[in-house]
Amino acid sequence: MAARTLYDKLWDTHLVQQRADGSALIYIDRHIVHEVTSPQAFEGLRLAGRKPWRVDSVLATPDHNVPTTAKERASGVSGIEDPVSQIQVKTLDDNCDEFGIVEYKINDRRQGIVHVVGPESGACLPGMTIVCGDSHTATNGALGALAHGIGTSEVEHVLATQCLVAKKMQNMLVEVNGELGPGVTSKDVVLAIIGKIGTAGGTGYAIEFAGDVFRAMSMEGRMTVCNMAIEAGARAGMVAVDDITLDYVKGRIYAPTEAQWAQAEAAWRDLKSDEGAHFDEVVTLNGADILPQVSWGTSPEMVVGVDDVVPTPANEADPVKREGMERALEYMGLTAGQAIKDIKLDQVFIGSCTNSRIEDMRAAAEVVKGRQKAASVKQAMVVPGSGLVKAQAEAEGLDKIFIAAGFEWREPGCSMCLAMNADKLGAGEHCASTSNRNFEGRQGYGGRTHLVSPAMAAAAGIAGHFVDVREFVAQA
Amino acid sequence: MKSFTKITGIAAPMDRANVDTDMIIPKQFLKSIKRTGFGKNLFDELRYLDEGKPDQECTGRPLNTEFPLNQERYQGASVLLTRKNFGCGSSREHAPWALDDYGFRCVIAPSFADIFYNNCFKNGLLPLVLSEEDVETLFQQMYATPGYQLTVDLANQQVVTPGGDVFTFEVDEFRKHCLINGLDDIGLTLEQADAIKAYEAERRQTAPWLFDAVKN
Repeated sequence: MAARTLYDKLWDTHLVQQRADGSALIYIDRHIVHEVTSPQAFEGLRLAGRKPWRVDSVLATPDHNVPTTAKERASGVSGIEDPVSQIQVKTLDDNCDEFGIVEYKINDRRQGIVHVVGPESGACLPGMTIVCGDSHTATNGALGALAHGIGTSEVEHVLATQCLVAKKMQNMLVEVNGELGPGVTSKDVVLAIIGKIGTAGGTGYAIEFAGDVFRAMSMEGRMTVCNMAIEAGARAGMVAVDDITLDYVKGRIYAPTEAQWAQAEAAWRDLKSDEGAHFDEVVTLNGADILPQVSWGTSPEMVVGVDDVVPTPANEADPVKREGMERALEYMGLTAGQAIKDIKLDQVFIGSCTNSRIEDMRAAAEVVKGRQKAASVKQAMVVPGSGLVKAQAEAEGLDKIFIAAGFEWREPGCSMCLAMNADKLGAGEHCASTSNRNFEGRQGYGGRTHLVSPAMAAAAGIAGHFVDVREFVAQA
Repeated sequence: MKSFTKITGIAAPMDRANVDTDMIIPKQFLKSIKRTGFGKNLFDELRYLDEGKPDQECTGRPLNTEFPLNQERYQGASVLLTRKNFGCGSSREHAPWALDDYGFRCVIAPSFADIFYNNCFKNGLLPLVLSEEDVETLFQQMYATPGYQLTVDLANQQVVTPGGDVFTFEVDEFRKHCLINGLDDIGLTLEQADAIKAYEAERRQTAPWLFDAVKN
């Protein structure tokens, strides 16, 4: 057999039927569901009198709308103050009850952001096809799985048929070799990649992240990278299986138990690209060249190193791009040539499916430990990705470190990443955010988002403006 | 699903690249549990001068008169002309729902984000790719001609301008077939139920752990 990429292998093993026009029926092993993109799909099933094909392949949890203050969470769904949000969360509960789907409900200790809960519970495993009505499903590709977001019609389609009509994507290899400098994290790596290839650079591709940097990276770091594949335009990102993957998976609630582990491990060990496999596109970066990144604009490709300055639109030759830059500067209230370190912050948000896992909590806590939030920063919020992450962080005393530093310690959910709940930016406020999108209005009407790593966000919260976390830690 | 064969309608501009789905329909409107009613909030942050709220009556809200959809010449538009990478970001199908609910039947761009592109076909909305050059030509003609209309003929894969210029476009055969006939994807897939069951039976042998039930 010809040499195949990891993506080729995942595609081949899930192919139910190839059609003459290039489209195919692909089997879906795991379907994760949340409250925002599922109600219309369940309604569709009801109207057509259809039942889920394999109901025990589905796991649901509410995350986008859930409040993150302990007070508002105390009485569960009925305590959600926004009536529209409450209806949406209640609708998920009702649909899961009606169709017999397992749901980690709002105050279940396993509840959390879908893309944190999936890997953490072992519901998402290597070699699986995994979908969810959410573009950041790509996160699960870190397991050596084919995972991507789908629309609501496709949510209904997968519920009804366990399959997806898909067309095979092309293969892209993003290789980052060498070693990362101190203070440079997985978030900086993926932002640097997006800065290089652009937000449409990966459109039509499945990206495999390979090279020394990813081999040395923890599973949680790999999840951060795969999570943002979609910000480079690629629906799916993935990393080959190695010992780090297997160590992570072993012992999780839904992972194969002893009897099946050996069989599963043997299959998973093959989840890597063959020597000489063909990639349609190859992008390489040198790990040692990557600096802590900060986004200055309204698209995730608008990033620079923390030492840099806000770029000058006049230097851009492409008129469409130049206009985009000018509009971004106006929206962000920044001037060309301004030093990134001179950008003052009003808010800090540490959380989201990109950066709300235990390692993210630890990295941020390490920076704020024994320090105080700058008085000019109105609010600094830390939102763990799941109830289990929260419990782990509290067991390690991280919550106390944050609270002592003047940061808020919240209940799990998507929170200010997309501001569907009460956590949002005010107009004109600058936020150092560990989330994934800096689009206009994303974190609140008129809000100004700067995408950074957890350590960089924490340091900005202490200093009141962006600082190079490398110097910051060195001062300690 | 409603079918798409051939339409003629006013073209309106969304003259920027990388229009994301947050811009097409902001998150506060995603709290709806319905598929309809999103049209009044399409491009909400650009269309109105105030912050939109879910379930709000929009007729009295202050309009941004510089935004094309608020201008007389683009009223009743059914073709949206835009730039590269339209529909990037969030997978929300509310984006095509909002475009459809507003009255758009076709979006013409040099490229689309993958998930948005897929979602359009499920909703009778045609995402149509032309070269950057051709899109630029259409933009110039549209700006120069109030009431500018385009004809989009899916069967013949052609866009025809008022002056008779013809641009051909590519579209997958299966998607074209479904759109022209307004076919329900799920019904078609369920016709292959035997193939799906056969696949499952084999996988249960080779990878049984994949079939362990998600339990509470």
